[in-house]
Amino acid sequence: MIMPLINGLKITLKHMFMKPVTLQYPTERPNVAPNFRGLHALKVAHNNAKCVACYLCPTVCPAKCITVQAGEDENHDKYAAVYEIDMLRCIFCGYCVEACPVDALKMTQTFELANYKREDFIFTKQALLEKK
Amino acid sequence: MGFELFGLPMIYYIAMIVKVLVVFVFVLLTVAYATYAERKIIGHMQVRLGPMRTGWHGLLQPIADGIKLFFKEEIVPSQSDKFAFLLAPIIALIPAFIGFAVIPFGDTIEVMGYKIPLQIAAFYDTAAGKVVDLNVGVLYILALASVGVYGIVLAGWASNSKYSLLGGLRSSAQMISYELAAGLAIISVFMMSESLSLQKIVADQAGFGWYAFKQPLAFILFFICSIAEINRTPFDLPEAETELVSGFCTEYSSMKYAMFFMAEYANMVTVCAVTTTLFLGGWHGPGFLPGWVWFIAKVYFLIFVCMWIRATYPRYRYDQLMRLGWKVFLPLTLLNIVVTGLIAR
Repeated sequence: MIMPLINGLKITLKHMFMKPVTLQYPTERPNVAPNFRGLHALKVAHNNAKCVACYLCPTVCPAKCITVQAGEDENHDKYAAVYEIDMLRCIFCGYCVEACPVDALKMTQTFELANYKREDFIFTKQALLEKK
Repeated sequence: MGFELFGLPMIYYIAMIVKVLVVFVFVLLTVAYATYAERKIIGHMQVRLGPMRTGWHGLLQPIADGIKLFFKEEIVPSQSDKFAFLLAPIIALIPAFIGFAVIPFGDTIEVMGYKIPLQIAAFYDTAAGKVVDLNVGVLYILALASVGVYGIVLAGWASNSKYSLLGGLRSSAQMISYELAAGLAIISVFMMSESLSLQKIVADQAGFGWYAFKQPLAFILFFICSIAEINRTPFDLPEAETELVSGFCTEYSSMKYAMFFMAEYANMVTVCAVTTTLFLGGWHGPGFLPGWVWFIAKVYFLIFVCMWIRATYPRYRYDQLMRLGWKVFLPLTLLNIVVTGLIAR
């Protein structure tokens, strides 16, 4: 009857000298996994978004959060005139990245997506462009 | 210092007041920082950090807590007994502090040619050449421990809430069960020292003749019973939040709640000081440090043990608590007395 009590005390004493697992969040940053599915980014090649507005990502999106409108540029190439993702609806499943045939979309490690207004959660093409 | 009062020079009275102030402030600070230490120690035992934001490593946390409680709204339930409701925290708090009056916390020091014992309710009798203190010091402490529970029972009754009442009743039942075993555990110490004066008990333990070595069973039983008496985990049935919301202090808020909180921690400090005095040789220790340092070190170690126990054990079930008190501790203490009586003389 006594030994389990002493063993319990030993465990708590041992734990006291362990390194705490607490992360002092705003000052200490977490190590985000490399394949973390955070905020989307539109990849850029030759100073242009790689997206060809094929509509595969809004089609595959289970949350229906992606809005694409195709446009035609001066070379008669198809491009995304409008590319918006509603982050309030997005479930970060990553299907859009998998579906993309031209590898124009990726997901970054950004996870702090809090904002003040509902409108600010609709990320436009300009906001989504990959930052170099 | 030629002026005399009741046949004693003024320095006796001044020394008394200084001792009271120093000890009171010290105990208050210890109580404030015991809350911080408890959160830190339990935090680290759960592999967390504990308070970190208020001041360097959260050192200002007790002050922030105090200010927060001070500015909170005072709520007195409309159906409560107002007078008893206001009186209860005071009754709980005061006995927790005045227990320190009889605890010797250091050797006799000499100030301006007068010898002053480091014990509040004591003076140096120059004619007899020895320290005179309250000759029933331990009884005084046991009496105060019993008075403290009145505050809790009164709080439970005056709140006019079933949770509070149950908490108060539990507290009194627990006090009766464990006060008995604690008192009987101390009896074996009296049998060894043949005195109820704490000064004498401490003097008997000089040079590592601690009663914790001579009476290990009594030491452990007394410490556990004391933890049960002051309602700390694993015996915190009176405020078991899973069953009784917050027990006797459910209806209390603001500074009145803070007074119960302080009483709980002050009780813990007092109990640790009493255990140190009775079993761990009081202020005696190796000579390279003054006596009061050893006393504080021992008390703080016991406080740490209290927190360690809190971080380790879950709460007792009520019938287990009663069984432990009446069927385990009481026979063990009686047996201890018999064995002490047979062996000691």
